[in-house]
Amino acid sequence: MDFSVLLSDIPTLIVVIVGVPVVLAAYIVGGEYLVRRLPDKNRPRVRPWIWVGPAVFLVAAILFIPAIFTVIQSFEDNHGTFVGLQNYGNQLADFPSGGAWVAIRNNIIIWLIFYTLFVLAFGLALAVLFDRVQYETVVKSLIFMPMAISSVALGVIWKFMFWYQPPGSAQTGTLNALVTFFHHDPVAWLQDQWPNGLAVLNNLALIAAATWGITGFAMVILSAALKGIPGELLEAARVDGAGELTVFRRVIFPLMMPTIVVVGTTLVIFALKAFDVVYVMTNGNYNTDVLAFRMYNLLYLSHNAAGASAVAIILLIAVIPVLVFNLRQFRAVEARR
Amino acid sequence: MRSSSLIRALVVAMAAVFTAVACGTGGSTNAGSIKILAAWSGQEQASFFAVLKPWEDRTGIKVNYEYSRDLDALLTTRLGAGNPPDMSAAPSPTTLTTFVKQGKVIPLDDKIDVNALKANYAQSWIDLGTINGKLYETFSWVAVKGLIWYDPKNFAAKSYNVPTSWQGLLDLQSTIKSNGTTPWCVALESGSASGWPGSDWLKEIVLSQSGPTVYDGWVAGTQKWTSPEIKSAFTTWGTVLGPNDSNVYGGKQFMLATAFGDGGTHMFDNPPKCYMHNQASFITTFFTSAVPTLQPVTDFNFFPLPDISSQYAGAHVVAGDTWSMFKDTSQARSLMNYLNTAEAQTIWVKRGGKISPNKQTPLDAYPDALSKESAQILVGTKIAKYDATDLMPADMRAAAWKAVLDFVGDQSKLDSILTSLDKVQATAYK
Repeated sequence: MDFSVLLSDIPTLIVVIVGVPVVLAAYIVGGEYLVRRLPDKNRPRVRPWIWVGPAVFLVAAILFIPAIFTVIQSFEDNHGTFVGLQNYGNQLADFPSGGAWVAIRNNIIIWLIFYTLFVLAFGLALAVLFDRVQYETVVKSLIFMPMAISSVALGVIWKFMFWYQPPGSAQTGTLNALVTFFHHDPVAWLQDQWPNGLAVLNNLALIAAATWGITGFAMVILSAALKGIPGELLEAARVDGAGELTVFRRVIFPLMMPTIVVVGTTLVIFALKAFDVVYVMTNGNYNTDVLAFRMYNLLYLSHNAAGASAVAIILLIAVIPVLVFNLRQFRAVEARR
Repeated sequence: MRSSSLIRALVVAMAAVFTAVACGTGGSTNAGSIKILAAWSGQEQASFFAVLKPWEDRTGIKVNYEYSRDLDALLTTRLGAGNPPDMSAAPSPTTLTTFVKQGKVIPLDDKIDVNALKANYAQSWIDLGTINGKLYETFSWVAVKGLIWYDPKNFAAKSYNVPTSWQGLLDLQSTIKSNGTTPWCVALESGSASGWPGSDWLKEIVLSQSGPTVYDGWVAGTQKWTSPEIKSAFTTWGTVLGPNDSNVYGGKQFMLATAFGDGGTHMFDNPPKCYMHNQASFITTFFTSAVPTLQPVTDFNFFPLPDISSQYAGAHVVAGDTWSMFKDTSQARSLMNYLNTAEAQTIWVKRGGKISPNKQTPLDAYPDALSKESAQILVGTKIAKYDATDLMPADMRAAAWKAVLDFVGDQSKLDSILTSLDKVQATAYK
């Protein structure tokens, strides 16, 4: 690899390697110095803010302030003139196939429901089943492995899985090889808008690829929650004559519920942010568009920052209920302690 | 613990710096360097490097090359961040034109040798690079679109003849079909540009069927998509594809699911899956990389898409790689001048797949009879028009490409597809 590019700007390099740590250290030392000079009773109130200050500053600078600008921009046209709700009007025009509606439907119905359900179901099933075998760590590592693959590589791999050749030709795609083995015509998984142009099939194909990539994450967390259930509870249930299914339904599942909810809400947010798999595999064509990808296209291909801002805010509004639910959940868990 | 990990981080950082120093000192001179962003990878990248080599050797300037298939997005980001490459070769002028209007591209009139350009280029290429009276873009390699590729051995085996008229082409495709094979291979998948090979068909048909005035109005956004001329281009392409895409190998699924470079290679299957493939001159690279034994002329050859209306005979759609400069440095000026020379262009021409717009490029530099022939077509074209979608605003272009995919998916939806294109047209040109 050619590192010479690092040398093209030596002052910046020095600032990054030396300057940043020096400034941070100076901030901490200086902050502590000031706090020490305060009267004793004020110290506990001031000190946390000194320490949390850089984080608050970063969140404000790279998250909060840009978000406010995005909100403002979504009410302006691309030359900065206030246009009211026109950008939203453009995005929400021509229901059900115009504007952002296809993306909204895919995100809020298909991705949100199926992606979350698939990942939770597979993650839970794998966690519970692997708990009962001796080679648990090995298989869990295998299932977890796709997490280490970048989503772009994942998309490319699955594109090969879904590869289409016309009937009668050698099927080089894994899935179509299987399908034709059972004497069915090959299916263009990513292009076929079955049923009836509703595009459920190709969206599910994308979700399948994304599910494969993330199931390991859900499995590991759920598995940890499972290990946290005291053995004597399960013993007691079994002694009382409960079958394994009943133990799962009546003991394991309820006890794991808080974890399932946390993983579930995380997955819902992932579903709403879906981008890379769509970008790599279909480019949002054939009615597989999602909000994040539409935002990207509006911004970078159409140079329509105002439209992109409106889509971003629509996405934000879609996430808010999940955030509120998540916060309530956290509070409920805290309250129980 | 904390101090030891800090030391470790420092050691790593120092090691990186020393490695960089060690790598960077090799052969570097004071000639400086230049950052180039383009879309060429693989074979094409190797050819571009071969072009750069003599210039690098002569000037000692170092080229930092970066490529992306999503060039438009990357350029937008870089320009937005104030970190543009020095130069970029965009496969289409659409995005560049937007940047020109934002004042982010350097006008070339007093930066490069315009006299040499005028002496060696047809005026139409200079006009294409001129926006509001200033030169912003130059073309180093170009391609003729609307070439119908075929395998002469397959044609001979079935005693098919190269059609010389539009009706002849339609007759040939029904003959091929009645012999039990699909006449065409069409492949439309191309990442964020999926659909463009189909839009090529439409451009060629619009130009040849309705002439340059309609074509120019279509580019400029004054010719409605729902107008009879443009609608007729779609339905004409529809008769080529056949009812329910039955004239195309694999039907719509295959067209949509197959990468544009892979579609034509099925002409060389045994028995052939199709007999004809419409693509620009660059496609030969894809043929020979899929089947290395193929020889031009004997194994693959082309004929220009026959004239549809005799009124507009000899009309062809052309396209090219567009160079522009984002930072005015002496290195960039030097490279711009070099790329406009026949010397630079000949290097890639000899390696195949490209045609030079420079009149000084000798015809015998073309590696085979085919590329020479397409170069001659370019020279002999009576009505040359630049790729229409590449001149349309980005929104219009994206909608046109998507319309191709929708039309192929269900030809009966043509009217609603055209209506939605008109809606995009109404806003995209503002």
